[in-house]
Amino acid sequence: MLLEVTDLRVAYGKIEALKGVSFGVNEGEIVTLVGANGAGKTTTMRTISGLRTVIGGSIKFNGQDITTMPSHQRVKLGICQAPEGRGIFPGMTVRENLDMGAYARVDQKSVAVNEDMERVMQLFPRLRERTSQLGGTLSGGEQQMLAIGRALMSRPRLLLLDEPSMGLAPKLIAQIFSIITEINQQGTTVLLVEQNAAQALRRADRAYVLETGNVVKMGKGIELLDDPAVRAAYLGGR
Amino acid sequence: MSDWLIYRTFWDLTVTGVALGAIYALVALGYTLVYGVLRLINFAHSEVFMVGTFATLITATNFIGIPLIEEGNYPYRTGITLVAVLLACIVGGMVVSGAGAVLLERVAYRPLRGSGEHVGAVVLAFASAFTVSLIFTGSTRTNIIIGLVGTAPLAVLYLRIFRRGRSAPRLAFLISAIGASTAVAEAVAIWGPRDREQYQTSRVLEKRVLFEFLGTDVRIDYVLVIVGALLMLTALVLFVNRTRLGRGVRAVAQDVETARILGVNVDFVILVTFLLGGVMAGAAAMMFTLVYDQTRFNIGFLLGVKSFTAAVLGGIGNLRGALLGGLVLGLGENYGAALFGGQWKDVIAFVLLLTVLMFRPTGILGESLAKARV
Ligand SMILES: Nc1ncnc2c1ncn2[C@@H]1O[C@H](COP(=O)(O)OP(=O)(O)OP(=O)(O)O)[C@@H](O)[C@H]1O
Ligand SMILES: [Mg+2]
Repeated sequence: MLLEVTDLRVAYGKIEALKGVSFGVNEGEIVTLVGANGAGKTTTMRTISGLRTVIGGSIKFNGQDITTMPSHQRVKLGICQAPEGRGIFPGMTVRENLDMGAYARVDQKSVAVNEDMERVMQLFPRLRERTSQLGGTLSGGEQQMLAIGRALMSRPRLLLLDEPSMGLAPKLIAQIFSIITEINQQGTTVLLVEQNAAQALRRADRAYVLETGNVVKMGKGIELLDDPAVRAAYLGGR
Repeated sequence: MSDWLIYRTFWDLTVTGVALGAIYALVALGYTLVYGVLRLINFAHSEVFMVGTFATLITATNFIGIPLIEEGNYPYRTGITLVAVLLACIVGGMVVSGAGAVLLERVAYRPLRGSGEHVGAVVLAFASAFTVSLIFTGSTRTNIIIGLVGTAPLAVLYLRIFRRGRSAPRLAFLISAIGASTAVAEAVAIWGPRDREQYQTSRVLEKRVLFEFLGTDVRIDYVLVIVGALLMLTALVLFVNRTRLGRGVRAVAQDVETARILGVNVDFVILVTFLLGGVMAGAAAMMFTLVYDQTRFNIGFLLGVKSFTAAVLGGIGNLRGALLGGLVLGLGENYGAALFGGQWKDVIAFVLLLTVLMFRPTGILGESLAKARV
């Protein structure tokens, strides 16, 4: 298993946001975490990236325990995230934002970095037209593309995406999802958090349903899509 | 006063004001850089400047062996020797101030940030035990022994208090800064050979008039200060905008958490930021002694407050704002002092600050390391 989260517990002050979350991601998969607002999806993602300290449980990446490893070292191991809210550096150009994605790479200024830049530009042609525009002046959709492209620039083994469809028009959502599938087919493992459960479940190999800090259901994406309880709770009963 | 004299005085004041402003600007950069990445005013930065002036002094007198007075005159040097001495002094100032700023970060700030810092906690433990022992005995050897004995239990205590992932409240940083700056200034006052007296610095540069500008004689030391400050600022802006590490500094200033997610070692970037600010202050310190030929254990205080004023005036967090704020302050002070009398000089600085803040709370150029390109 590439990522193995076991009995993870994380608290904000005295309030436990994660009460023992366990799940795993195999190499090459797209796994999705779905759940209502406040279920703890973002907390899970931030903890995997090392932004939150844990009060219990463990996180293993590629067999190595990374529970207390500093964030920047996790990136070196191959974990990178496009965070909720996109986290674009507003005062940096598109190009500089993408360069930030390659910040932790040991092969700075190499051919490989240039190739990855080219690959990102091919995935998101809109970014190519705007390389010297400031990140803060991009539209929401462009910022999302930039956030994903930037994470890809680190050449991650595991790409964490927290609500990549948030605030986007339906047409753009479909486009973002097919790009995620494409990235996955090019060999990157993806852990995806989504409000847009229908789309996410359709694209995912496996899925976990999170409810107030607990995993309450897991299964194949398509299976959960047909699960009546899941349909009622997250898919508007359709 | 004849018109000619007023005219001449005006340009005189302008030249000295710009030079003074350049020194303010260099020190202001330290406040602005640290504010940019930590959203914190490093009130101990004034002492980083102060140790720089002493480093300059020690480099010239102790290392190079230049006396204060030589054959009844100032120990002027010329040509290559002069350049070498000045370079050695500025490097001495930059190295010591840079190292001082880094040490300050590790001991006075990093443990409070909840980064699970060990080195800082241990040094802090030693410093605390040492300081407390000063109350009971004046013998330095006993102080050191008590300091060492107290280090272990206090370090354990500090490491428990400053646990990883638990940041102290903002007020704690302020108190820590005031403590650190008092400690440094007092250490110099107590252990320096001249105690609380003023120290003269060796005057190796003969301050002759380099050229005439609009009827004013422009002295060589002012030219060196202005050119030097501009070079330092340019180097800093290039570093911050063009290098990978500089981009890391901007990333941390704009969004720490995203910077972390992308693999920026934030503690390291913060250290680099303190180092940059320290190096700038060290250069400023050397330039200060070049113009004023003196220093004292508390020299940092007023200059620090003024430079902080300059940083806020220009827009804190904004590198170019530091330059602008420094110049506005240096010039404003000089003109004001000429108009109202020298005793008003310091008052004018703060009136200027209050006036600008009333109309533009974010300073003349606005906060920027965070929001825009520097
Ligand atoms: N910084 C914080 N301080 C205190 N509580 C927090 C903080 N961040 C999140 N929480 C709480 O932790 C719980 C989980 O939040 P989290 O952001 O992980 O949810 P989520 O599943 O991502 O929700 P959403 O779908 O709305 O993004 C919520 O109850 C939230 O109020
Ligand atoms: Mg969320």
